[in-house]
Amino acid sequence: MTRDADIGTELQETVRTATARGTALHIRGGGTKDFYGRQINGQALDVGKHRGILAHEPTELVITARAGTPLAEIETALAEKNQMLAFEPPAFGPSATLGGTIACGFSGPRRPWSGSARDFVLGAKILNGHGEILRFGGQVMKNVAGFDVSRLMVGALGTLGVLLDISLKVLPRPEAEQTLAFALPPDRAIAAMNEWSRQPLPLSAAAHVGDTLYIRISGAGSALRAARARLGGEPVEKGDELWRELNEQQRQFFEGRQPLWRLSVPPATPHMALPGKWLIDWGGAQRWLKTDAPATDIQRAAETAGGHATLFRGGDRNAEVFHPLPQPLAALHRRLKQSFDPAGILNPGRLYAGL
Amino acid sequence: MGTPLQERTPAPHGNQAALLAALRALLPREALLVSEEDKRPYECDGLSAYRRLPGLVALPENIEQVRQILRACREHGVPVVTRGAGTGLSGGALPHPEGVLLSLSKLARILEIDPVNRTATVEPGVRNLAISEAAAPHGLYYAPDPSSQIACSIGGNVAENAGGVHCLKYGLTVHNVVGLKFLTVDGELITLGGKALDIPGYDLLALLTGSEGMLGVIVEVTVKLLPKPERAQVVLAAFDSVEKAGDAVAVIIASGFIPGGLEMMDNPAIRAAEDYVKVGYPVEAAAILLCELDGTDVEVSDGIARVRELLLNQGATEVRTAKDEAERLRMWAGRKSAFPAVGRLAPDYYCMDGTIPRKHLATVLRRIGELSREHGLPVANVFHAGDGNLHPLILYDANKPGDLERTEELGGRILELCVEVGGTITGEHGVGMEKINQMCVQFAQEELTQFHALRHAFDPDDILNPGKAVPTLARCAEFGRMHVHGGKLPFPDLERF
Repeated sequence: MTRDADIGTELQETVRTATARGTALHIRGGGTKDFYGRQINGQALDVGKHRGILAHEPTELVITARAGTPLAEIETALAEKNQMLAFEPPAFGPSATLGGTIACGFSGPRRPWSGSARDFVLGAKILNGHGEILRFGGQVMKNVAGFDVSRLMVGALGTLGVLLDISLKVLPRPEAEQTLAFALPPDRAIAAMNEWSRQPLPLSAAAHVGDTLYIRISGAGSALRAARARLGGEPVEKGDELWRELNEQQRQFFEGRQPLWRLSVPPATPHMALPGKWLIDWGGAQRWLKTDAPATDIQRAAETAGGHATLFRGGDRNAEVFHPLPQPLAALHRRLKQSFDPAGILNPGRLYAGL
Repeated sequence: MGTPLQERTPAPHGNQAALLAALRALLPREALLVSEEDKRPYECDGLSAYRRLPGLVALPENIEQVRQILRACREHGVPVVTRGAGTGLSGGALPHPEGVLLSLSKLARILEIDPVNRTATVEPGVRNLAISEAAAPHGLYYAPDPSSQIACSIGGNVAENAGGVHCLKYGLTVHNVVGLKFLTVDGELITLGGKALDIPGYDLLALLTGSEGMLGVIVEVTVKLLPKPERAQVVLAAFDSVEKAGDAVAVIIASGFIPGGLEMMDNPAIRAAEDYVKVGYPVEAAAILLCELDGTDVEVSDGIARVRELLLNQGATEVRTAKDEAERLRMWAGRKSAFPAVGRLAPDYYCMDGTIPRKHLATVLRRIGELSREHGLPVANVFHAGDGNLHPLILYDANKPGDLERTEELGGRILELCVEVGGTITGEHGVGMEKINQMCVQFAQEELTQFHALRHAFDPDDILNPGKAVPTLARCAEFGRMHVHGGKLPFPDLERF
């Protein structure tokens, strides 16, 4: 097993040198999310050795760890205290790190009810493009001192800073969970998910796969019995496995080389008329589409619905893969990038060309 | 070391007379206030100890007018301070003497309640509570509930990232906003998100939330609505020491409960509240805890039974469960009136807003007691115990010479104490003008420099709420008490005053 180590100053030196020379850096943790974002070239900056849990105080509901810490190590430590990362991040491989997870901003099936990766970030220590080590946020639940830079890092794909240490809010694991299945076509599944989401039910996941709507309920045993009585449906035996496979994209739906799109839309958006295969998650708010349809068609459909589309896997990774930004917003992105990384050396182009 | 009020105002930017002429051409007569008498109501926000008359007050009625005001101010180099309902507690809306006070109180329409997607889209001047009222017929509500919720506006809530008593379970404003429209300093309208759960690109929703009016002017907000829990029930527990109450909080959390509300009051706060609203609080207790569980009916019943047992095991001298909804509301009434109740004990009170890791509560309260005696000013404490957000209330008399200065000094010391134990100077009220000096304690030179660089990406000429929230390095050098990390003195390259 690799030992815990603080290589912050080493990473700082590398960033400083790169800034001075204008060398592009390609930030890497466990390499499980290389598929995501745009294809970039650059000198590897290996954050994977910067690892170790720095503090976990169960009664404070906070964990702080170095960015290179394997996600699995964090989840094991939390599970020992009957706690969890409530945004349920997918790992996409055993070597996934905390830093990569936060840089990508991935959240799992629990997201609509518990919150996203960025919702759970309390603080971060980062290296900006000047090679300065900066701390933002902290280890407490409520903190409004200064601009919220730590949450800005989530989903920025390392283009604004190299994540060094991250503090996250953690939550107790639910006492019990139960998954229920309902045979429903997609449009009726969308309606049902949204109808139940309006009611005070202990929902923690809702996805439509094939011709089945799966609902997960979480909480005290008594609450689950009451909810089951209201919802009906068929109990699913290995519910945990189902949600893990969905989250890790290990279901049959995700197989094959056809491009995989992620559409983030208002949850009650009617079933969308784009060619391809669909899988609906997040109670309707996250829709996966396997298709060869042109990017512009997909982006237009997502935008019309009031959302956005991401080319999640496959397709042309040299072109833009994230939803195009309107001009003033794109300009703001460039100026923000400039304010953190004026030499443009941190993962340049990973998020959008020119960032 | 000056108090914020004694600070030299930044050099006046630009030409006010020319701006006034320009605005007169753009806006109806009643939308501009220029006489001292008309401007007086805008001289302070909820932090009334700090007052200053604005150059002029603009009251636009629509986004187009806001855009024109911004463009004119930008062109003439005149600062803009945006104001919502003026209930902020950190002087974030303190006017700039040469600037425009931009009041968004007339942008107050509820644009849409979408019960199916569970969102509300509103203009920034809509009151926090009005959103929940509008959503109530659908069985939905807006979760963040700052204690000023009957008056405070959602635009101000977003600008300050306001909290409330339900944050541990339901989050702050940042966790409940899904869409924003804001105007840049150039008057460009930018839309972020809508009813989907996330946005493409950088998370500007998170960045704009809590940015204290320094990055843009928020003109439309879309928030998440949640189904109203089937039932809420509260338990009141009395303790003969603050330590025991603090330990009980840790045990409740460690047992897997995330209470909807978990509040603590110390003895001076208990007595003040009981004197004021007579809700039957145990006035001999060193501390009381209010623990509210919400959820489905059975879940709450089971939970309350377990929490009662935990509290008794932790040495509570008394544990009461509200018999009915009326008693539940009475138990909360004492807590919710704590600020005005404490306010009756002295001519003025000053509310602090630090957050600390909960385990340090006993130490922090003891040190606050010592500082209180040292400064000769009484302090009562109310505490969002679940999330570590502490509100010490300092009692003083603004008419007594030197009292305000001693209060500010004591307040500053308390905030520095919060930083020292690993906490922060503000949990939910914002930095504004009030805590700007303490920002020098919490952040290092490079971090403040990064904040300024970030700000300049939005507002290169410091037009929007200048001089608030992020201190200049010169100010920090002058302030004297500075961020020390790893034993190194910061600002080595700056002259000392």
